[in-house]
Amino acid sequence: MYNYSEFDAAFVAERNRQFRAQVERRIDGSLTEDEFKPLRLMNGLYLQLHAYMLRVAIPYGTLGSAKMRQLALLAEKWDKGYGHFTTRQNIQYNWPELRDVPDMLDALAEVGMHAIQTSGNTIRNVTADHFAGAAADEIADPRPVAELLRQWSTDHAEFQFLPRKFKIAVTGAPADRAVTLAHDIGLQIVEREGEIGYKVIVGGGLGRTPMIGKVIAEFVSQDDLLPYVEAVVSVWNLLGRRDNKYKSRIKITVHEHGIEDIRARVEERFKVIRPTFSGIDVQLFEEIKAAFAPPAFREESTAIFETTYKTDPIFRSWADVNLADHRAPGYAIVQISLKAHGETPGDATAEQMRVMADLAERYGHDELRISHEQNVILPHVHKSDLPAIHAELKKHGLATANIGLISDIIACPGMDYCALATARSIPIAQEIATRFDELKLEHEIGELKIKISGCINACGHHHVGHIGILGLDRAGVENYQITLGGDHTETAAIGDRTGPGFSADEIIPAIERIVEAYLDLRDGADETFIETYRRVGMPPFKAALYEQAEAYAAE
Amino acid sequence: MPREFTPKVVTANALIEGDVVYQTADDRWTRDLSEAELIKDEGLANLRLAQAEGQPELVVGAYLADAAPSEDGPQPTHFREEFRRTGPSNYFHGKQAELTDV
Ligand code: HEM
Ligand code: SF4
Repeated sequence: MYNYSEFDAAFVAERNRQFRAQVERRIDGSLTEDEFKPLRLMNGLYLQLHAYMLRVAIPYGTLGSAKMRQLALLAEKWDKGYGHFTTRQNIQYNWPELRDVPDMLDALAEVGMHAIQTSGNTIRNVTADHFAGAAADEIADPRPVAELLRQWSTDHAEFQFLPRKFKIAVTGAPADRAVTLAHDIGLQIVEREGEIGYKVIVGGGLGRTPMIGKVIAEFVSQDDLLPYVEAVVSVWNLLGRRDNKYKSRIKITVHEHGIEDIRARVEERFKVIRPTFSGIDVQLFEEIKAAFAPPAFREESTAIFETTYKTDPIFRSWADVNLADHRAPGYAIVQISLKAHGETPGDATAEQMRVMADLAERYGHDELRISHEQNVILPHVHKSDLPAIHAELKKHGLATANIGLISDIIACPGMDYCALATARSIPIAQEIATRFDELKLEHEIGELKIKISGCINACGHHHVGHIGILGLDRAGVENYQITLGGDHTETAAIGDRTGPGFSADEIIPAIERIVEAYLDLRDGADETFIETYRRVGMPPFKAALYEQAEAYAAE
Repeated sequence: MPREFTPKVVTANALIEGDVVYQTADDRWTRDLSEAELIKDEGLANLRLAQAEGQPELVVGAYLADAAPSEDGPQPTHFREEFRRTGPSNYFHGKQAELTDV
């Protein structure tokens, strides 16, 4: 696994020392809040509804057991015993006290972690496919380039005060598990005549004006990538709307100028920048790549897996749903659900974090991943170890067999924690999961992605949910608007609004009506919700939602 | 016609813990909304807010929140202030847990 250099360590130590002094000066009154706020945000520290919130980056979602154990320690020592994994491969702590945060940052630094650029108008944590280095369909591991981008963007002098935040995601496989089409820049590794390069997508994003990104370059070679990306950010840095926060993201710039104009400007800028890249980045990239070499996979019989699969129905249903194809024979990718029915999506207790760290160390080449769907992955597991792993997960409430199913919901913190929220998200997710568990319909329904945001900022990705739920404030009452047909994969689409929203009491029955309509409409059990929606369109769902609602009201 | 002034409390977050706090009539900061001063006059509300803003060593982000009178002191009129008064709905954490300790 990649290890940070001494330079990184010294840089982080210096930043932490500065921040400790800044916190002291805020507490003793020599800094005002106006002076302090930008400094705390530079270190990932927000003030939320009930407490401070610390956001820690997990670059490209990759970590080992030592890091995971340290995250558990922070949860236990300075928080309330748990952490919240987010859709951007970060972890958030909801209850730290201001005076403790410098100690938390030092504890993170001990294991090579930090909270730098997890807030502010900078290039944020670079995210990647959570199956990186393991997926059967992968062309190349996306993490080395994500790491190269991380090093390039961290403390990049030109990019500390961009018009707005900037998010980059990378996938190394044709199946897009990194939502690259809804990022400021999405990079897709492609192969052309035996050469590995990048398809560059620009101007995607969710939030107030959701947009699917556009291809700005079909193929950028490895050597040209960093200068090309720098050219894109640099063009936007100049053109981006600093006068209006709602129009500042690159998606608006691309929309207003048109992709051809942006492409021409980027190419012009690229010509100027290219010679200033000395080739150090290319050399560095080779070193980074070597550090991401795959572990030594072993050859062993998988008989015990097959026997358990045949004889233990609980194991079988978990294996059917939570495993993904690994590229090495005899291996599997294990997805650990942080979505036990009725629990908060994405939360893990300190104990659960330690259990996952132990499993990674014992059976998983010491590797863990955080998915943008708020789950944890053991990327490299030999199938013969699966029965033991499943038994251990079961003991700790981590064996829920629901990956990709209706209760595997993405939910942002919403108004239970977030100062920007207009309604709550978490209780809605909890109720949906509990309801469909009671109905015992979850496996019958099959693949269905519900995504919930507590405000228009769309941190819960509701626009790209098969069923999206957006919490709003309608005259002082929580109200939930539904979208259908969103898709977060390589065929990304923004969902369509069904019509008027529903109150908190009405939203669960409304979701049930949509699901029942799907079960009636589908062309056999093989047709997924999204496929049915694409075939029949909105009208039958709308009828089920609203005509039945009227019928209920008339009773 | 001038808009009618609805009663307010001064609320903020405590500097160190981040907890939701309210200003009392005798110039303390309390974590319990029922102890807060309910202000019915616009001029006074602005004055009390300015006084709160003058205490950056104690609180951050002071603002005026709507509240209604009751036998148990001021009550929230909007769900956001209701959640701020109690704590999150997914865990028994925050003020709901701490206030029962008192
Ligand atoms: C609780 C503190 C949070 C705050 C204050 C916050 C704030 C925001 C804001 C203001 C935006 C809109 C940005 C824009 O379009 O210009 C946004 C978007 C977003 N946030 Fe958050 N967020 C928070 C938590 C989260 C969490 C917990 C997640 C993951 C679960 C998350 C992931 C995202 C994502 C994926 C977007 C998508 C919109 C985009 O950039 O295209 N955020 N957030
Ligand atoms: S979507 Fe809104 S409510 Fe949810 S975390 Fe983002 S900013 Fe907060």
